[in-house]
Amino acid sequence: MEFFSHATNYPFMATRKVWYTLSAVLMVVALVSFFTRGLNLAIDFTGGVNAEVNFPRTVNVDEVRTHLAGAGFHDPQVAIFGSARDISIRLPPDSKQTSTAEIRARLDGALKAIDPGAQVAQLDVVGPQVGNELRISALEALGFTLFMIFIYIAFRFHTWRLSSGAIFAVLHDPILVIGFFSLTQMSFDLAVVAAILAVIGYSLNDTVVVFDRIRERFETNRRSPPAVVLDQSINQTLSRTIMTKVVTSIVVVALLFLGGSVLKGFSAALLIGIIAGTYSSIYISSAIALDFGLTAEHVFPSVKKAALDHLP
Amino acid sequence: MLEYARWKYILVAAVLLLALLFALPNFFGEDRALQVARKDHGAVTADAEHALESFLQQHNIRVGKSYIDNGRLMVRFASVGDQLAARDAVEEQYKGTYITALTSAPRTPALLRTLGLRPMPLGLDLRGGLYLLYQVDVNSAVGTALDGYVQDVRRALAAASIPVKDVTTVALGSDKPNAVRIVLPPEADVSAARSALTTPLQGLSLNVDNLASGSAITATMTTAQIRERQDYAIQQNITTLRNRVNELGVSEPIVQRQGIDRINVQLPGVQNSAEVKDILGRVATLEFRLEDMQNNAIEAQQTGHVPLGSKLYTHTRFGRPVLLKREVIATGDQLTNATSGQSQEGPAVNIKLDARAGENMLKTTRANLNKRMAVVLIEKRRETTEVNGQKVSREVTDEEVVNDATIRGIFSNSFQITGLQAGEARELALLLRSGSLATVIYEIEERAVGPTLGAKNIQEGVTALVVGMAGVFLFMAIYYKVFGLVADLVLLANVVLLTALLSMMRASLSLPGIAGIILTVGMAVDANVLIYERIREELRRGVSPQAAIRAGFEKAFSAIFDSNITTLIAGVVLWVFGTGPIRGFAIVLTLGIATSMFTSLMGSRALLTLMYGGRRKIARLAI
Repeated sequence: MEFFSHATNYPFMATRKVWYTLSAVLMVVALVSFFTRGLNLAIDFTGGVNAEVNFPRTVNVDEVRTHLAGAGFHDPQVAIFGSARDISIRLPPDSKQTSTAEIRARLDGALKAIDPGAQVAQLDVVGPQVGNELRISALEALGFTLFMIFIYIAFRFHTWRLSSGAIFAVLHDPILVIGFFSLTQMSFDLAVVAAILAVIGYSLNDTVVVFDRIRERFETNRRSPPAVVLDQSINQTLSRTIMTKVVTSIVVVALLFLGGSVLKGFSAALLIGIIAGTYSSIYISSAIALDFGLTAEHVFPSVKKAALDHLP
Repeated sequence: MLEYARWKYILVAAVLLLALLFALPNFFGEDRALQVARKDHGAVTADAEHALESFLQQHNIRVGKSYIDNGRLMVRFASVGDQLAARDAVEEQYKGTYITALTSAPRTPALLRTLGLRPMPLGLDLRGGLYLLYQVDVNSAVGTALDGYVQDVRRALAAASIPVKDVTTVALGSDKPNAVRIVLPPEADVSAARSALTTPLQGLSLNVDNLASGSAITATMTTAQIRERQDYAIQQNITTLRNRVNELGVSEPIVQRQGIDRINVQLPGVQNSAEVKDILGRVATLEFRLEDMQNNAIEAQQTGHVPLGSKLYTHTRFGRPVLLKREVIATGDQLTNATSGQSQEGPAVNIKLDARAGENMLKTTRANLNKRMAVVLIEKRRETTEVNGQKVSREVTDEEVVNDATIRGIFSNSFQITGLQAGEARELALLLRSGSLATVIYEIEERAVGPTLGAKNIQEGVTALVVGMAGVFLFMAIYYKVFGLVADLVLLANVVLLTALLSMMRASLSLPGIAGIILTVGMAVDANVLIYERIREELRRGVSPQAAIRAGFEKAFSAIFDSNITTLIAGVVLWVFGTGPIRGFAIVLTLGIATSMFTSLMGSRALLTLMYGGRRKIARLAI
């Protein structure tokens, strides 16, 4: 069985203005949303309390809120999830240096006051200082990954024209993921950061495969115009690109719908990242190299060098 | 012709067999279990086991096979519900006798267990439990060390009859104290002072300033010394926390250092965080001091007039006042061991001090035979009070005499406290040990997962894994026919290999870890797709089937290798920066890339060569 005819011949290069525009619009929307609405940072990064509590009876959200406020918690967010016996509570960080132990004690007191049978199913108490550090280390991890990947790109592709295409793809995909989280205001936690890093690494692999094919095509096909070679390369790898991503998406979708609430954000980030990554490697990264004037000479400046390229 | 070297076949077969063996324990699953330990640390007897079993059966709780392990009883249950009901029943009935902990018991057969093969440990998010992160105030450890130097300096100069104006701790080129400053009067002999100080200030860098009003000697701790002191403080806290955790009777607890000044504590199965924190969060230190025998403690208490050079305390057990001299003979951080045991006079506590404290103790006991010495336990805790409507958190210090006894002999770093009741000795040893926690620790993060939620997390994770894998397998089989089935086998081998590696590393499996395995399955397909698409391409160009297979593997190699490297970079960075469950994901992602390269490049080639290799004629490939 095959989904793709043997010789697809989509004119990706001729239509690149359209794809550029689409990407530009999406990225602008993502960035504008990020800078105006920001992200709904989880307590991993802000500090505070996140709790899931099971009550033996149905409880009223307002009742819970009043008790929490009575225990000295400012601005408690209380929501029902599942049945009306399951309540999720989010408390913003305490500006004063209160110990997590004391927060826990006050929370327990407030919950027992509502109903002595209250059971805390899950509780995260993150001190503001830990929140700050996690935020910093997440940014460091993000920066360091990008830095390492840029180094890799610089070594991997022998011309800055291809490198620019790859760098664009590397920035394009996480921006769209972050934009998605900003627009939907889904909770942005540590697992989402992990997913974004995985996306940065994983989405580049399509670009690498396409670029490899471009080099190969230039080798056998030196006289053809670059746009034709790029179109051929993308078309020839198209079935692989889409196949791989479809299969990965199968597992990510399974994770999204069956993996439970803890992994929702994580799998959503992966799914958006995979879609964005597939799009950018097909429609954008090669086109950028073309617009920077990529020709066979840039990939193979001389015959001698071409031979060296095959060494690992 | 299609061939594959024999040693490569052997390698693939050997690796996979070994992987299967190591992964095997994971497929038996685990039973929910309850660990029951005696509060007095005694062993649970077979009789007690039967009594408990029938007690649980009376409560309509279905009990599985139980066994005694290391003096602790492990009772298995079929469901979380039974486990929780059993816990509640035992807690209610036997509160004074037993400590219970929720845990799980692997169903691994005894044969595998004796071979040392064990399943991956489950993370707290999967089995339920309590995670605590403590911040250690390492600077106070350095402060304590400096205070010790100040005392040593005073004593050394007094012994050498050198007059001294002032000895203080100062901060030099740092915002925290790191040096001792000794100000001498003009008439003092500086070089004599220097030589008197060489022993007590060994290793510190000494610097002499000549001032108009006399000389000043500054002794600075080196960065290495400060770090050593901080490391020591952390290590000691870890040891003390471990001891306290053991008191809780938790099975498989983890207490480990995190970063420079943090300690994380993971307590699987623990629910009652208030009780745990009561025990773990105590910050205590000890001081051995002489009693002030010249003055009357009761009188001092009644008049409120405490003699100069003494301080009034209360005895924890007897509530009577005790007057102690201010000079400290030894502190808790100098206590290396305290155990309860037996002496000729009944229960006793055996105490060991470090060398410096031992020397001090020798001098003190020699001069004060038959006088009384007391142990003061100083506990620090944070208390929040309301001042002008503002909540203010401050440190509160409680000081109490936990023991006072007559010095009956001359001793140095090893001695006994006798004349105690049986329970008292054990309690005192515990108090003394906990008092060796010399530095303040604060809890800065807490994460708790209930046992039912943990079970739900496992179930959801496993469902996603099974459904995701089934989807991939089906898709590959339909799309690539026989080659798709080969890819499915290879993917399965990949999961087995990954499981084996994780079990060998004893890396605990978290929910993101399961997500990592699922993602690895999805991504490992990539290598197969790259190879198969290449083979199809070659076939379309009219190449013979066997040559197409060979060309497919060879030409796809560089693309597979390169495309995995970027994900590998992200995985390694995450491994370095991540903690907890995120690190679990990173480990799985990184290892998964390595295993998938091995299985799809070597494993699938071996299999395909077996199927299509040799000299046989192949008309067409089912791809």
